[in-house]
Amino acid sequence: MATTADTFQAHAEDHHHDADHKPSFFARWFMSTNHKDIGTLYLIFAIIAGIVGGAFSGMMRMELAEPGIQYLHTFATWFGAENPSMDEALHTWNVLITAHGLIMVFFMVMPAIIGGFGNWFVPIMIGAPDMAFPRMNNISFWLTVAGFLSLLMSAFMPGGTGTGAGVGWTVYAPLSTSGSVGPAMDFAIFSLHLAGAGSILGATNFITTIFNMRAPGMTLHKMPLFVWSVLVTAFLLLLALPVLAAAITMLLTDRNFGTTFFDPSGGGDPVLYQHLFWFFGHPEVYIMILPGFGIVSQIIATFSRKPVFGYLGMAYAMVAIGVVGFIVWAHHMYTVGLDVNTKMYFTAATMVIAVPTGIKIFSWIATMWGGSIELKSPMVWAIGFIFLFTVGGVTGVYLSNGGIDNYVHDTYFVVAHFHYVLSLGAVTALFAGFYYWFPKMSGKMHSEVLAHLHFWVFFIGVNLIFFPQHFLGLQGMPRRYPDYPEAFAQWNEISSLGYEITVVSIAIWFVNIAYAFIAGKKAEGNYWGEGATTLEWTLSSPPPFHQFETLPVIEDKGHH
Amino acid sequence: MASAHIEHRNRKTMLMAFGIALGMLGLGYASVPLYRIFCQVTGFGGTTQVATEAEADLAARMAQSAGGVTYSVRFDANTASDMPWTFRPVQVTDTVSVGQRDMATYIARNNSSVPITGTATFNVEPEQAGAYFNKIQCFCFTEQTLQPGQEVRMPVLYYVDPKALDDPNMEGVEQITLSYTFHRAKTDS
Repeated sequence: MATTADTFQAHAEDHHHDADHKPSFFARWFMSTNHKDIGTLYLIFAIIAGIVGGAFSGMMRMELAEPGIQYLHTFATWFGAENPSMDEALHTWNVLITAHGLIMVFFMVMPAIIGGFGNWFVPIMIGAPDMAFPRMNNISFWLTVAGFLSLLMSAFMPGGTGTGAGVGWTVYAPLSTSGSVGPAMDFAIFSLHLAGAGSILGATNFITTIFNMRAPGMTLHKMPLFVWSVLVTAFLLLLALPVLAAAITMLLTDRNFGTTFFDPSGGGDPVLYQHLFWFFGHPEVYIMILPGFGIVSQIIATFSRKPVFGYLGMAYAMVAIGVVGFIVWAHHMYTVGLDVNTKMYFTAATMVIAVPTGIKIFSWIATMWGGSIELKSPMVWAIGFIFLFTVGGVTGVYLSNGGIDNYVHDTYFVVAHFHYVLSLGAVTALFAGFYYWFPKMSGKMHSEVLAHLHFWVFFIGVNLIFFPQHFLGLQGMPRRYPDYPEAFAQWNEISSLGYEITVVSIAIWFVNIAYAFIAGKKAEGNYWGEGATTLEWTLSSPPPFHQFETLPVIEDKGHH
Repeated sequence: MASAHIEHRNRKTMLMAFGIALGMLGLGYASVPLYRIFCQVTGFGGTTQVATEAEADLAARMAQSAGGVTYSVRFDANTASDMPWTFRPVQVTDTVSVGQRDMATYIARNNSSVPITGTATFNVEPEQAGAYFNKIQCFCFTEQTLQPGQEVRMPVLYYVDPKALDDPNMEGVEQITLSYTFHRAKTDS
């Protein structure tokens, strides 16, 4: 390591005068190779994608607010259909659920939590001047943007029954092969190829950066937990995404080039697609939540003014979740006709994941225990995360039972479950990270009052959306339908009301951002005080354009 | 940016990471034949087994000690929606002793005015019976071509392996349904 440090320092001497030289606007934002600028781009992109995906969910909640079909015909005309028939209108529903799912997974949560916060803070937290491959970082970002555009374009193209690709985010064959004629489906698949390629390049970059570019003294077991979480996530991406790429490439060739991977008439099997998809899909849900775990660990430790409880347990719990996450995929497909022994295995293996997850929840609470707790906005969001994620985790253990799943498979209970862990869990972690680091990134303090208000309105809104969906699911309301019998009307109305409240909370967030840029106080280097011990707090806010020209040396102080 | 030493190390790590990704891409494709082999070997999802005459004789001898346990076998026939054939079993149910060779016959008729090649997919219910349901001969092993208006009888020669009696998962199974679906062969279109 000493050799490494020397070379970096020698280099710093040569170029010191360049430290804060920023390129012109176009070169800086469109040809960016700076990890902080690319992180900012990812965050802006994720916010835009989140608005689009959130608007789609608003259209869905509008339609579901009362029984009957009220708005789908209008929505169908927005996508270019003239005088849409009932079938075309119903197809528009499928397009909405598909676009909402794909956008939120691939173009909101992943870019924000890995591309945004990962790019911004992984290099800083390990004391590196930038990512290992700055130009590859740029390619990753623009591939993601291209993927998003490809998906948006697909919504306006013929997709068989109506306009757009209406197959759900899982893109199951045969609906996505012989069931969706027209270019919409091909563009949607291509968008996943682009986003997937971007993510694989990004994962490679993170792995290389974390393995090779740590500052002297920053051993693996001293890395902040957020860096650990991104490292595990990068490996999950590297192992899972190529399998998705293989599966959707098979879809493309089945659709266009006469292969029969998933077509029984040529000896294929559509269930194989489901196996391949979920071999990717289950690690994917951990890809979305693990960096959130990392963010929450940093925040809880900061605002309890204690190092995180059970650091090694926390790090290896994430590794364990990642490893076990690869051998539980068939719990998404209990109803395809698995025999009872297979279901028993997948039930047991899935339940095992509750152990490392429990270790994490326990350690967060133990970190707070006896700590000098300050309920600043990031801390409130982080505690909210622990609560919401635990609710989603508990329904997850319930759903992992092959027997119970027969009754609640593809009902709103499942929808409620995965929105508690992702929409409420991952997104709450994102907001926690946002308030934790926003002043660091922008140099301006946000309003704590608005941040707290944002939390409480958001918390009430999202719980109002999704908690009643547990009841609807247990009563048998299936997911992916735009209509339902009168009996489900009341909880659906309440759920749609929750959406409106959530929109208000997002408005408060935007007001807060505007406030920070217009009237926000200048942020100091370490505005959270002595609890904030990681390397980003040793820099100014915002950090210099190039940081750590002279590498920091991490001394063995025995805490993280 | 960085020195040659770091750059070299970074490149090595990157290549290893890309190697992993490529390996997983390969595994994704390898899963296609692996999945087929897995189903054929384990009878997963009710995949029936293929037996030779010699294996059938051996099973028949083994079955003599089994004491004449019988299964009711139902025959089910379907056609894909774009398949203009009539397809039905001659006899809907049959009762066979375990290990006993039995012949079932299906009748297929091409109702269209053009020759059509069909290929049949198959499985059995309950799924755990797949590992013990052996076919010695079956029309489903090859593609079948029917001329316009042609009607043919299609035989299946099968037996239920006496090993089924030792499998606790087969306890309580009294009836096995053998199901076929005829698709238009891909080579035909």
